[in-house]
Amino acid sequence: MGKVRTAAETLRVRSGDVELAVNLYGSEKNPVVVLVHGYPDSSQVWHKAIPLLAPRYRVVAYDVRGAGASSAPKATAAYALEHLVADLAAVIDAVSPDRAVHLVAHDWGSIQSWEAVSTERLKGRIASYTSISGPSLDHAGYWIMQRLRSGAPGEVAKVVNQLMHSWYIGAFHLPLAAPLAWKMGMDQLWPKLLERMEGIREDTVPTQARDGQHGLKLYRANFRERVFSPRERRTAVPVQLVVPTRDRFVSVELLDGLEQWVDQLWRRDVAAGHWLQLSHPELVARFVSEFVELHEGGSESASLRRARVSGGNKLKHAGKLAIVTGGGSGIGRETLLALAEQGAEVVAVDIDLTAAQRSAQLAGLLGATAHARKVDVGDAQAMEAFAGWVAETLGAPDIVVNNAGIGMAGRFLDTGTADWDGILRVNLWGVIHGSRLFGRQMVAAGKRGNIVNVASALAFAPSRMLSAYATTKAAVAMLSDCLRAELADQGIRVTSVCPGVIDTPITGSTRFVGVAEEEQARRRDGARRLYGRRNLKPKAVASAILRALDSGEPEVLVGTEAHGARLLSRLSPALSRRLARMELAL
Amino acid sequence: MSSARIATSAERRADPRVHGWDPAIADLDGFRQAQRLAYRCAEAIAAELTPGMTEREAATLMRRWLAAQGAEDCFHQPFAWFGDRTAFDGFIGFRHLGGFNPAFYPGSRRLEEGMPFILDCAPTLDGYTADIGYSGCLGENRILDQLMDDLLEYRVLILEQVRQGRHLSEIALAVDRLCARHGYEPRHKAYPFQVLAHRVEKLSADKSKHRSVLNFGVRNIARLMRGVAQGRREGWSPLWSSGSASDHPPTPGLWAVEPHLGFRGVGAKWEELLVVTEEDAFWLDDDVPQMRRWAQRGLLPLAKAA
Repeated sequence: MGKVRTAAETLRVRSGDVELAVNLYGSEKNPVVVLVHGYPDSSQVWHKAIPLLAPRYRVVAYDVRGAGASSAPKATAAYALEHLVADLAAVIDAVSPDRAVHLVAHDWGSIQSWEAVSTERLKGRIASYTSISGPSLDHAGYWIMQRLRSGAPGEVAKVVNQLMHSWYIGAFHLPLAAPLAWKMGMDQLWPKLLERMEGIREDTVPTQARDGQHGLKLYRANFRERVFSPRERRTAVPVQLVVPTRDRFVSVELLDGLEQWVDQLWRRDVAAGHWLQLSHPELVARFVSEFVELHEGGSESASLRRARVSGGNKLKHAGKLAIVTGGGSGIGRETLLALAEQGAEVVAVDIDLTAAQRSAQLAGLLGATAHARKVDVGDAQAMEAFAGWVAETLGAPDIVVNNAGIGMAGRFLDTGTADWDGILRVNLWGVIHGSRLFGRQMVAAGKRGNIVNVASALAFAPSRMLSAYATTKAAVAMLSDCLRAELADQGIRVTSVCPGVIDTPITGSTRFVGVAEEEQARRRDGARRLYGRRNLKPKAVASAILRALDSGEPEVLVGTEAHGARLLSRLSPALSRRLARMELAL
Repeated sequence: MSSARIATSAERRADPRVHGWDPAIADLDGFRQAQRLAYRCAEAIAAELTPGMTEREAATLMRRWLAAQGAEDCFHQPFAWFGDRTAFDGFIGFRHLGGFNPAFYPGSRRLEEGMPFILDCAPTLDGYTADIGYSGCLGENRILDQLMDDLLEYRVLILEQVRQGRHLSEIALAVDRLCARHGYEPRHKAYPFQVLAHRVEKLSADKSKHRSVLNFGVRNIARLMRGVAQGRREGWSPLWSSGSASDHPPTPGLWAVEPHLGFRGVGAKWEELLVVTEEDAFWLDDDVPQMRRWAQRGLLPLAKAA
């Protein structure tokens, strides 16, 4: 599919009666990466990923038997897994006789590669295996059996769900219909189908009809036997599982529990469809590069480290990266710690580096990998530099909590331009920068992440005493509402958090405009006492945020006063406006 | 600390009963002996703790040990807390029985490997009462280590501010702020009346058996209550908290100071007697387990620098 790229070199490799077409790219000196395509594709399916990999690796892409420029045996039996493994072995022997190769495979290529990494034939010849969207049929067989035997309704439902994803496999077993479809012009229709179903624009490939027809034999030769009488298939080869979570053909659950078969397993979920190498070629290239580097003796990247699957009790946010602004104190610190406790790698961002470092230290005590950065969230350049650092060293985040904020109280007419600049910079621009920079990173990385923006109950409860603060928070709530709509298609959830009266250090630094310095201190003290009496702790907000990460609630209210104010704003805006005129004595 | 100055200050006082007892050298030594006895008790019982033991059993061991060493009375019977009870998790939000939270009575929690524990005892020896707190762990606990390291800052901060003559409520708030900076919960707020410290007074040396009610020594508590009544009239309080009753400069005498920190179900504290005189203040004894631990970990120079 796609534009036919002339290979740097081509090779014909014999495997039994079959001749395989092999294309090679990049320098011979580099580590060898072998790409195995799926059904109904040919090696052309890698055309976007190859140019990204070739500068660093010796890239080998071949057409499996029955596809592209390789020969196509007639007998269905010739498509059994053992022959496919023999083909792969022949290719590896030809292109890299002395050095173990890194295998990257998709769909049926991945199914046959599972066989390759778990049988004796290629022992010691494969250094690493990146599997995209193709389970081992034997593992799938065990997966189905284990769940059906458990008899638990939830587990059985997972099997039913997978079988519904696999409707086409049944169709492929129908004697005439499927081959006929390819003969009748489905090859011409295929690019349109791809575009309709997956949003992928590809040109027609001349061999598509032939690839489609012969490839059906892959299913017919292997599926029934392997799935219904599975063999134990274990491997010591390190496996990186790349899981497109919107795959129409493989359900995500099918890949759960793989660690029972694989000694060293990494797993990366991407909110994308089945053909990841076409929809997200840069991402596939990055995943492959990081994995190959690690197994060529390099270091483990931060995102790869998070992707490691361990057999033990999995914490809810294990493997995720969370960024919390204003993470040095109050709600930010408690949220950071709650995330750390649930297994996330965390980055504490604060204008006060010592405070951020302290939060990171505490997160470390809870077992998390933690980082501290000094960033002024209102400074566009500083935020861009910070986002760049995150992308470079840690990878795109899964959770971003835009929490940093400052307090301000006093009459609107006493609030000067500088006051406005100051509070808008932190409370609004900080959220804008954080949402924009990290939202982009999440989309690019196919992360179904969460953006949490900390607003306030004052976002919908006007008050004559807090015009500047309430205005910034209302803006944050509206920004979140709009952003939620925009990112819904990507599966990124946006939550605005509206706490009531929370006893946080913000009361100690709130600026009271229009009053003398000594009066500032007195009012801060008054506010502190009031908030202290309410005794609602930042921990309560952190718990609410953690719950919202699970439920995806669009708006989280914390404290009865927040619920009350919300209700009032809906039921009786007139009363809400009336209350806004009240002056609270602090 | 110049003990001469303390003596003169004691002599100079027109009416020594104004703020209760004013320390004299001989008395300080008596209190020091009581405090050392209390810490020896905690260390001895800590060494005997084994997995499966309950809080009540540990408290009983301490009580027997103290009685065997000649302690005739107490401020309170020994307390022991294990596991997340060291942090009083969940109780801090309560406004309990007029400031009295029964959660601190030793219970049936059993000690397990890796669990933090706190032993707290307050023996009276020859009329001198001490009140100490001792934190430890069965095995290793990184959070507890950090808490115990950080507790040093509180010892430095409290003494510094008492010497500056800051109001006690102000100092208690400064302790709260340090807790916030550290990311800890100030768990001493779960103590009766949310005290950071309370006064202890000299009692008559009387070897007869003295009664405890609800685990508190009747003579000591009665003495404290008299102090509360007197303080109420005169505008001070023998119970040191962040509340308005503590809105006064440090009163001369002996204060059992007990900052208690909690973090994620792990709590740690120390408790020591602070000597406050008219002009100065100092910790009664620097030879206490927590000081030895900080010295071992090379933390003391840091405290001096701060």
